[in-house]
Amino acid sequence: MEPVLLRARGVPDSRSIATYLAAGGYEGWKKALGMGPDAVTKEVLDSELRGRGGAGFPTGRKWSFVPKDHPGPRYLVCNADESEPGTFKDREIIEYDPHQVVEGVAIASFAIKANTAYIYIRGEFARWAKILEDAIAEARQRGFLGKNIMGSSFDLDIWVHRGAGAYICGEETALLESIEGKRGFPRLKPPFPAVVGVFGKPTVINNVETLACVPHIIVRGAAWFSSIGRPKNTGPKLFCVSGHVNRPGVFELPLGVTFREIIEEHAGGVRGGRKLKAFFPGGSSAPILTADEVDTGADFDACAAAGTMLGSGGVIVFDDTVDMVEVADNVAHFYAHESCGQCTPCREGSDWCMDILDRIVAGHGRPADPDTLLRICRFSSAGMTICPLGDAFALPISSIVNKYRSEFERRIAAATPLPQKKQPVLPWAGPRPGFGI
Amino acid sequence: MNTRPIVAASPEALQIVTFDAAMEARIAELLPRYPTRRAAILPVLWLCQERFGWISPGVVAAVAARLGEAPAFVEGVVSFYTMYQTAPPARYVLQVCTTLSCAWCGGRELVAHLKERLGISFGEITPDGTFQLVGVQCLGACGQAPVIQINDDYYENLDIAKLDAILDELAGRS
Repeated sequence: MEPVLLRARGVPDSRSIATYLAAGGYEGWKKALGMGPDAVTKEVLDSELRGRGGAGFPTGRKWSFVPKDHPGPRYLVCNADESEPGTFKDREIIEYDPHQVVEGVAIASFAIKANTAYIYIRGEFARWAKILEDAIAEARQRGFLGKNIMGSSFDLDIWVHRGAGAYICGEETALLESIEGKRGFPRLKPPFPAVVGVFGKPTVINNVETLACVPHIIVRGAAWFSSIGRPKNTGPKLFCVSGHVNRPGVFELPLGVTFREIIEEHAGGVRGGRKLKAFFPGGSSAPILTADEVDTGADFDACAAAGTMLGSGGVIVFDDTVDMVEVADNVAHFYAHESCGQCTPCREGSDWCMDILDRIVAGHGRPADPDTLLRICRFSSAGMTICPLGDAFALPISSIVNKYRSEFERRIAAATPLPQKKQPVLPWAGPRPGFGI
Repeated sequence: MNTRPIVAASPEALQIVTFDAAMEARIAELLPRYPTRRAAILPVLWLCQERFGWISPGVVAAVAARLGEAPAFVEGVVSFYTMYQTAPPARYVLQVCTTLSCAWCGGRELVAHLKERLGISFGEITPDGTFQLVGVQCLGACGQAPVIQINDDYYENLDIAKLDAILDELAGRS
């Protein structure tokens, strides 16, 4: 398909506003200001655009949840936290086409009548935060932001807010807490952010890629957008392919292509002529798929039917040399480090999984371990925690145990007992030496 | 790439911190962006880390006083986020991604090599104060695995030879 979100990739000086304007940039913003907020929301609703951050919730519906009669301020937040392992698409958009994000933020803010928008970007992305700030400054200078924009009497300020190293702040309510200057602890829902969001005001949170779609929908129409992809899974999607492939990278494809096409055609197949063993279809929080499931469609509904999720579109590929017990261990380390610690099942469960998997990898597995892992995962998922991080570690780990159980059993059969020395009763995080770990 | 070294102020110099006019000007720029002063905590801490190299208890107290918060609240924020340094860092902090794609595309070999070459483990600093080795979680650049972030800069598609050349250059410069 012709590139939409990545059309600027490879264009010289693609970040400057001059290049963006020459390619028809900010036409959507001008058109939206003429249409009015309700017509803009209706167009996005009709396009059937679904959130690209992971949950796949219809964007137009999210916007429509903001109370119409709310008297005070309201906010639009762009989620550029991009921390899901295997995901590096938002960085690609910001790197080549930051104005696309600024325009999307502007249109979405107008649709929900927000005069202030924040772009929350992960702390590690210092360079990309600067790129966004420069783009915002350019847009303001040209009169696309600020007071009385293009004579419409609509005012908008966009601010970039940098995180400081916390995966959990990609979760929308933790992100709001972080903007408010607090620890990134997710909030209980309801109330939903559309009613009580940042600073207690109605707030819509959309992913970078979601917002980047919006100017195109306004300019080219909902019918054009929904003609791409499959019913209820419309539009272009950025797939990030990493791991054991010949050409890792970001590929823009219609929703609904198969993972086989993504991995074999676009990413050049498994590298070194080896065989595919397994892949995460949508970041490491999605249950893993085996080589036999590679014909699964890469869209929200097909992934759900296959018992996994499209998530953020981060496809992590493993070849047949990979030990799946070690993959489960790596995943457990990630989530044990990133659990915010509010809810017992997630805080303790992710640590226990890590401890057990570390022990199996070290050659001291016990016969009961696979079932213990599954029990911990069951205890931590399906609504046992405030936010989805409980599921985010439980689902991939339990899927690996279930699908590759023989690998666990083989290791355990060859295991030796743990040397008898005093073991710590509870995991102890200890003082932090800084910069994590 | 021209990675700037971190210049960390000494613990003695950061016992009692006062903000100079330049710092105050930047804080004044930040405050109108938010309806509460508390919301400026993260950006002000970033300013401090840029200026002093790390966040000492004295910096926490100064930020708290400036924004009208209790020092304990600011300390709570600092301790939640991994990127705020709470001890003087080395001039170059090597943050090696240890998550899935990086780990299986050469990251583990880079870690082993770094530990051997520098003679330190995760969290430690070389005796000359040049390098600090930190294992971090996903840096969001999986297509360019393996990746190391050095201070603010990303170094991508690394192998041991490229990494050695980078370290030689940084060590020579410092």
